[in-house]
Amino acid sequence: MIMFERLKHMLIKEFIEIFRDPRMKSIIFVTPVLQIIIFGYAVNTDVDKVATAIYDLDNSVVSRELTARFELSGYFAIKSRIGDERQMRELLDRGEVEAVLKVNKGFGNDLRAGKTALVQIIVDGTDSNTAGIVLDYSSRITGRFSREVLEARFLRTLGPAKKPGRVDLAARAWFNENLESRNFYVPGVISLLVMVITIMLTSMAVVREKEMGTMEQIMVTPIKPGEFILGKTIPFMLIGFMDVILISLVAVFWFEVPIRGNPVVLLVSAGLYLMTTLGIGLFISTISRTQQQAMMTTFFFILPASLLSGFVFPVANMPEVVQWSTLLNPMAYFLVIIRGVFLKGVGIDVLWPQMMGLFILGVVTLWVTVKRFKKTLS
Amino acid sequence: MKFSRIWAMTRKEFIHVIRDPRSIGMGIAIPIILLLLFGYALTLDVDDVPIIVWDQSKSPASREFISRFSGSRYFKVKGYTENYPVVERAIDSSEALAGLVIPRDFAQRIESGRPVSVQWIVDGSDSNTATIANGYAEAAVLTYSQDVILHVSRQTGGRPLKPPLEVRARVWFNADMESKNYIIPGLIAVIMMVIAALLTSLTVAREWERGTMEQLISTPIKGPELVLGKLIPYFVIGMLDVILAVLMGEFLFHVPLRGSLGLLFLVGAVFLTGALSMGLLISILTKNQLLANQLALLTTFIPAFLLSGFSFPINNMPIVVQGITHLIPARYMVHLLKGIYLKGVGLKVLFLEAGLLALFAVVMIGLAIVKFKKKLG
Repeated sequence: MIMFERLKHMLIKEFIEIFRDPRMKSIIFVTPVLQIIIFGYAVNTDVDKVATAIYDLDNSVVSRELTARFELSGYFAIKSRIGDERQMRELLDRGEVEAVLKVNKGFGNDLRAGKTALVQIIVDGTDSNTAGIVLDYSSRITGRFSREVLEARFLRTLGPAKKPGRVDLAARAWFNENLESRNFYVPGVISLLVMVITIMLTSMAVVREKEMGTMEQIMVTPIKPGEFILGKTIPFMLIGFMDVILISLVAVFWFEVPIRGNPVVLLVSAGLYLMTTLGIGLFISTISRTQQQAMMTTFFFILPASLLSGFVFPVANMPEVVQWSTLLNPMAYFLVIIRGVFLKGVGIDVLWPQMMGLFILGVVTLWVTVKRFKKTLS
Repeated sequence: MKFSRIWAMTRKEFIHVIRDPRSIGMGIAIPIILLLLFGYALTLDVDDVPIIVWDQSKSPASREFISRFSGSRYFKVKGYTENYPVVERAIDSSEALAGLVIPRDFAQRIESGRPVSVQWIVDGSDSNTATIANGYAEAAVLTYSQDVILHVSRQTGGRPLKPPLEVRARVWFNADMESKNYIIPGLIAVIMMVIAALLTSLTVAREWERGTMEQLISTPIKGPELVLGKLIPYFVIGMLDVILAVLMGEFLFHVPLRGSLGLLFLVGAVFLTGALSMGLLISILTKNQLLANQLALLTTFIPAFLLSGFSFPINNMPIVVQGITHLIPARYMVHLLKGIYLKGVGLKVLFLEAGLLALFAVVMIGLAIVKFKKKLG
């Protein structure tokens, strides 16, 4: 049976201990807000204003027309116009431009003669993701240009009598109309920060007492293992909740990430998420002998958990085995929930499997921790 | 400064490391396991985008149009449907990333030479994947249109028309556009940054907390000697990691190493020195393992992950945040590794980043030496 009197004393002790070092306060409350602001600006994969060089050997009316389309599309920012291969190599080597549009000599003549004219796009592939998008953009522009020329040729040779059909793509993006990458990543930053802060704090909680020798003192008090673990969990739960609310407010009001779903669903899920991260932190703490070991184990958990969660790298692209591992990854569950609530505006009817997953994960880790802790005591 | 005293300190620290098998594991096994895991798991290549199709026309023309999607390696048709709510539900539940809706009069319009609009609904929440999927779709539609024109011109006889443009795309430095080629050099920088700072961040704080610092103070060892003595064992471990990582990049992941191997190890050594000294500095300043741990993780992992250019392009960030990235040593390392690995460039192009990395290492070691006080109190 849990005695609230004993729990209360344990809680008071914990709070005094956490806030004894004034620097701790800023680590807990100030750094998360600072971090969400800085990282909120950093997490942006929108590709626009690609630094581009024009390498126009033809310099005819049509070639200028084509290069102007690149310039006016808004996707490309023309940084320089160059005249030879050497310059092109240098600009790409130094990373000063990411793409070069090369129009060969005779481009205008070929087009006028009804032949096929050659254009080259040279892209810096070091960041293959950006390179792919740059190629998409340029093929859209050249594709439209090509179609217009073809339609004109058609009219010229066959007359307006037999007009060919044309297909247009009416593309519409749901949930994130302007395809702003920030809306996708900022909720991810929230999940990442919450996980890092809470696991880091709790992973030290028990091992610290062991290493400093105060564990013996606690063992002689009448406090029970369950109460001890609860006493270690509750303060961090409160701190975690404060952090979730603080950084979510920054996300909504500073970065204007739309929140379309029910905030209550988000808060309940945040509670479940915190339960699992605290459980994992405490578990690490009970199995470690020194603070250094605890810290290393924490890191060994956090790094894969965050990189394999789907925050930056899509889970669907990962090998099957790794995809299974997301079943044990609290951040992977919470990411689906927080993105669902923020962007899609879906509720419990869609998100219950993830919430259930978090709940089970949390209960199991806390239960194992208490078990394990009892064993250490005896 | 006496070498024998530095050596004594180094030996003491080595014994510490060897006694705690978990720290050896941390120092050598973990970086390798992480690189292995992430090297295989992380990719940004977009193919097989799941789509759902609602073909209202059900004509040879529309089927030919759909085959442009189903036949491409970029799309995978998850299913066909007869009504809109199914499309909606598929996208809501992420079963499909995009829906293609073909209007009833598709064939007639194409036949009679009128423009026809095909609906493309894409789940935009992952804007990156959505942008790429949009690009594929747009390209498929444009080539289809062009083929229609060429087809009609062939039917009407007369001189056959030729497609006006041939676009040749050449991708430099990473011809197959494999994301692993830039993820793996980036990963090496991120993992090394965190491991290095974590390895050293507790070493001095631990001595203070356990009271063994008093014993060290009573020996004739000087401050700079102690700092260097603490760095050397971890530097050896770190360089071992760099060698293993380079070997894995070469033989396991086949990331092309186009630049100089010597330069790679040189910048690796400079980077390690900076990162290890930073951990040591944190340890010296905090004197408290708990705080040192938090600070080391906060100042290394997340910044190296998000601000180094590893996962988010620095060019996209606002100027102020770009300024902040200059304080992140991993930023220079990621740039240098990509340059050496993929572009095969040398110091002539990379001198600025290499210089700043060296400056960082010098400042960190200097600060660690200056800030370390061999005094109680």
